Order: sequence, then structure tokens, then C-alpha cells
Amino acid sequence: MTAISKYAVSEDGYYGEFGGRFIPEMLYANIENLRKVYLEISQEADFQIEFQSLLRDYVGRPSPLYLSKKLSIKHGASIYLKREDLNHTGAHKINNTIGQILLAQRLGKHRIIAETGAGQHGVATATVCALMGLDCIVYMGEVDIARQAPNVARMRMLGAEVRPATSGSKTLKDATNEAIRDWINNAEDTHYIIGSAIGPHPYPDMVTRFQSVISEEIKLQLEDKTGNAYPDYVIACVGGGSNAAGAFYHFLDHEKTKLILAEAAGEGIDSGRSAATSILGTKGVIHGCKTLLMQTSDGQIVEPHSISAGLDYPGIGPLHAHLIDTGRATVYPATDEEAIQAMLYLSREEGIIPALETAHALAILDQMKFKESDTIVLCLSGRGDKDLNTIMNYLDNQ
Amino acid sequence: MTIRQTILKKGKGILNVYCTAGYPTLDSTVTILNSLSDQGVDLIELGMPYSDPLADGTTIQESSQVALKNGLSLDILFDQIRQAREYTQTPIIAMGYYNQMLQYGVERFLSIAHDVGIQGLIIPDIPMDIYERDYQVLFEKYNMEISFLITPLTSDLRVQQADRLSTAFIYVVSQTSITGKSGEISDAQKQYFERIAAMNLESPRLIGFGIHDRATYEQACNYSHGAIVGSAFIRALDAEDVEGSIESFVSSLR
Repeated sequence: MTAISKYAVSEDGYYGEFGGRFIPEMLYANIENLRKVYLEISQEADFQIEFQSLLRDYVGRPSPLYLSKKLSIKHGASIYLKREDLNHTGAHKINNTIGQILLAQRLGKHRIIAETGAGQHGVATATVCALMGLDCIVYMGEVDIARQAPNVARMRMLGAEVRPATSGSKTLKDATNEAIRDWINNAEDTHYIIGSAIGPHPYPDMVTRFQSVISEEIKLQLEDKTGNAYPDYVIACVGGGSNAAGAFYHFLDHEKTKLILAEAAGEGIDSGRSAATSILGTKGVIHGCKTLLMQTSDGQIVEPHSISAGLDYPGIGPLHAHLIDTGRATVYPATDEEAIQAMLYLSREEGIIPALETAHALAILDQMKFKESDTIVLCLSGRGDKDLNTIMNYLDNQ
Repeated sequence: MTIRQTILKKGKGILNVYCTAGYPTLDSTVTILNSLSDQGVDLIELGMPYSDPLADGTTIQESSQVALKNGLSLDILFDQIRQAREYTQTPIIAMGYYNQMLQYGVERFLSIAHDVGIQGLIIPDIPMDIYERDYQVLFEKYNMEISFLITPLTSDLRVQQADRLSTAFIYVVSQTSITGKSGEISDAQKQYFERIAAMNLESPRLIGFGIHDRATYEQACNYSHGAIVGSAFIRALDAEDVEGSIESFVSSLR
């Protein structure tokens, strides 16, 4: 592993001025314990052997790197799709839940909680809990339970309990609040598997490391296909930012590789119904870390909107806030409508139904200008089966 | 008198009642502050309603949402305290979350809070080390007292740190939970209270979280300088008869 310097998390959990851990004392013992052991445990030989073999034999890694001829012709460059949608459970989320469940076992925890937006992280958590025989409770906003019904059913099939979050906007932010409150109430026997690169230190770094397998594979696969491990662009959608963090990780210090984030503009940035955090957000604290978030001048967190449940979040991971702040990453917004069009395009032209989240990354290709010699890797973070109801409703209303 | 002097002068049986500003109606705040003062409570903890109160249970979450819907902002809250100060001198401690202060501007917040008559703050998600590094000097500049929380899982070393940094009192969280639990005080909790009492801390101790009736209030008082009652008070508040419901709730405790 190359030494990550400029963009690595500091000893006390900061990326530049972002990150840290702003948590009530009730969570301190758990978080501090996790901070002390997460690197050591996850680097132990037996952990790595188990982690790698599960990623290979259970998840199905490495995930393919697929050259999309249609997208390449359309945009005048070589566009590769990193097929995280082909992982077991249908998204990148399982990379992290495998890592964290192995950690939870070694910490002696027997009860697992998680938050979920689109349900992909909930399914990935329920899956590893079934595998390891641990109790699993997934918090999910009431709105998301309705719009991601297939994933709710999958979680229940896997033996997890899905608890609705009924406060606030009843989406990912509120599910996260509820999961944190559960952890306060059950501090001693429970591990909280956060699915995004958010939360108090060490979560953003831990999730990023477990997801970094994505960029590790991209380098090897691209080298194999083109003779050059480094693409000109890596593109990923960002809500909290776990697939983007994983897809960027091994390219962070290679400044020639441009890092591009696609965020959800919802019904339009100025519509009042948006989740475009990098544009609408200001510096503040959400879910235990300092980052960019959508808020009022009184510091009240604003309820976001995106048609995609996984991007419907008012904040962004602190690593991404830092990458944006330093100019290392560039953000493009995509609206609900643009995402749906991109989703339909890939379905009909490539025979791949991407998740609505991923569709935002596909949608911003239209806003970008490439050279013919450019190599682009787009993280196809998940598959879209879960979104079919949303899409059909949307199309019926057109 | 400072909050700490108020506690130490009485010595024991301190009653600190929590209420959410702007709840049940926007204008309730002043009535509630004055009425709690009339009922002789020793300290008032005034919640600054927040959209995402992580440490709070359903009762305080809901009261916060109602207050925000009622239109409560920090500026309105400061005005309300200014009004109440024309009548009551009971020490007021504002409780809220770090992001509220951060957006308002920490120094501006402390300066105005001091001017309107807030004497202390409880901000559960400011880590002690960040407070010491970035804010302690400002708190001292504006004579703002602060209380840090400890829980049954807090190490002795951190309890000592909380003791050193708290200028009002140490907030002894009675159990590892969010606010609003009801139930009796267990033997494990009593052992924890005794363990903390035996540490001979310099700061007075108030026990909060789950203190909801006379029995739990009296037990908490046995192990500390007093107790904080929050969710139970919010539940008891009757929008139709704010003063009457406060009188009967406070008299039900002691």
C-alpha cells in the first residue's frame, strides 16, 4: 500500500479542518475503544486472511472493470465502469460490512445496528449478520421504507429487524440519529456499523479503508487493460461518500488523476428540494464530525431532498469536504430528472440497470468535456432493482 | 451568585428543572421560567431546541420539533430570557448542541448569552479537549459556567478531567442511555453514584437522565447535591394551564 500523505486522516481524526469526533460522553468509551484498536485489528494477519477470502469467495471480488463502448463513443473518451453492482447484495456496501463485522466479532459484540438510506447498506449489514450469527437491527427512515420496499423485504428475509425512523425528514439523517441513540442505550454489547464515510473518527477512515479495495482493484485492472494504472478521471456519486472514498483512495496522492464527485441536486439546486451539499452546505457538525452540511444560520440541519434515498443526506463525509475545500476533487450536481435519464440510458444501451445513486455519476458525464485520449473510471456503485418502483411511478407521472 | 455558589450554599437537594424554550407555545418560555422560579426550583436548564438532538429521547425530540415549528430561534430565545430576567434571578443554564453555537459564532453567542442573563451552558457534544484548547478562555472572558457530562462508562481519569474543567457542576448521567427513561434506580446505578461520590471531586454533582418522580429525585439527592428533571417535566406541562401544571409537578417532587 502506498503511503497516503496529504489527504490521510490525522492522528486525532481530521482531514484538514474537517472530521474529528463531536460526540456526547455516552458514546465516548465505545468510540475511543474503536479508535484504539481498529487499525491494529484490521491489519492482523488472521483478520486480513478472513477479510480477503470473504471478499473473494463470498462477495465475488474482484468486481469487473468493464469498458463501456456506448458511453465511450457518446462522450469521446474511454469510459470504464467499475462493476460494484455485481458484488453479492448488489452494491459496494458489503466491502465495509464484511470488514466491520469481523471487527465487531473481535471486539466481542453480539448485537449489530446500522442505518440505511437506499437499503443497500442495511441489506449488506443484514447479510453479514446472518453469515456470522449476530443480531441485526437496521434503522431506516419511514419515507425510505416506502420507496425502497424490495430492500426492506430482503433485510427481513435475512433475519434483520427494520425499525422505522419517524422523526425529521424520515430519511437517512434521521435513521442515523436513531442508530446513534440506540448505541447510547446499548453501549456495551452493540457495535454500530456505519455505512457511509461519515460519523465521528475513526468511522470515516475505517469505512474508507474497507472500501479502498475498489481503487486497489481499479489500479491493477487498468494497468492490465491499458498499461497504465492511473486513469485521468475517477467519477463517483456522493451522499455520505463511501463508494467515492473507496474509488478515490489509492489515487488521492496521484494528482494527475482528477477526482470527480456527483451530488444530488434533487429538483434543482435553488428549488428548495435538493441535496447538493457542496453548493448549499456550510461548515458545521453533523453526526459527530465537522464537515459541510446544509443548515440554517441558527445551525438547524436542513432536510434535504433527492429521488435517490442513498444521496438524500444533508452532509458529506469529512474526507470529501477536505478534497473539495482543497480543490483536489470537483463536484458536479445532477438533478432527479437527469439521473433518471442516465439510468434509462445505461439500461437500454448497455443492458445494465444502475442504482439511482450511481445514475447521478453517469448523469454528470454530459456536463464534462473529455479528450479522446482520456481514460475515465466511473464507479458503478450499485444495481437498480430496488429503484424500479420509484422509476415506474416517476415515468407514470410524466 | 454563580451556579456553583448557588449549589454549594444550599448543599443538597438541588432541583434543576429542564424545559425546552418555545414549547408548548412560542411564548410559553417566559411564563415557564417565571413560574419555575415562583415554585422555588434552584436552577433552570433551558433547552435550545435543535433539529437533531442526539442525546435526547422522544419527549425532548418532540418538544424541540414543536418549538422549532413554533418559530423559536436563538435570537427569540435570548429576548425571552431578557424578559424573564426582569422578574426572576433563578440561575439559567442553556443546553444545546455544538453546531448551534458554531453557526451563531461562539464568541457572539457567549457574549449575548451573558448579556441576557444565561449563567451556564451544557453542550454535550463539545469534547473536553476541544473546549480546553479552543473555548475555555472565551468562557472565562464572558463569565460563562460550563458543566461536562460523565456516565457509568467514563473512566476515573476522564471524571477528573470533567471535574477540573466544569465550572458549574458535574452532570452525572445516571445510566448509559438517552434522556427520558422511566424506572427505578438500580443497585448498579447506586454503586456508580457511590463510586463518583467517593472520588471527592471539587465540583458539585447533579444527577440527571431518568429522574422522573419523587422517589428517583430523592434517591438521586441521597448520592449527590441534587438532580435534574427534564422529560418528565415536559410530559407534565399542560399547554392549557402552564402555571398550574408546573405547580403540581414541582410539588409532586418535593
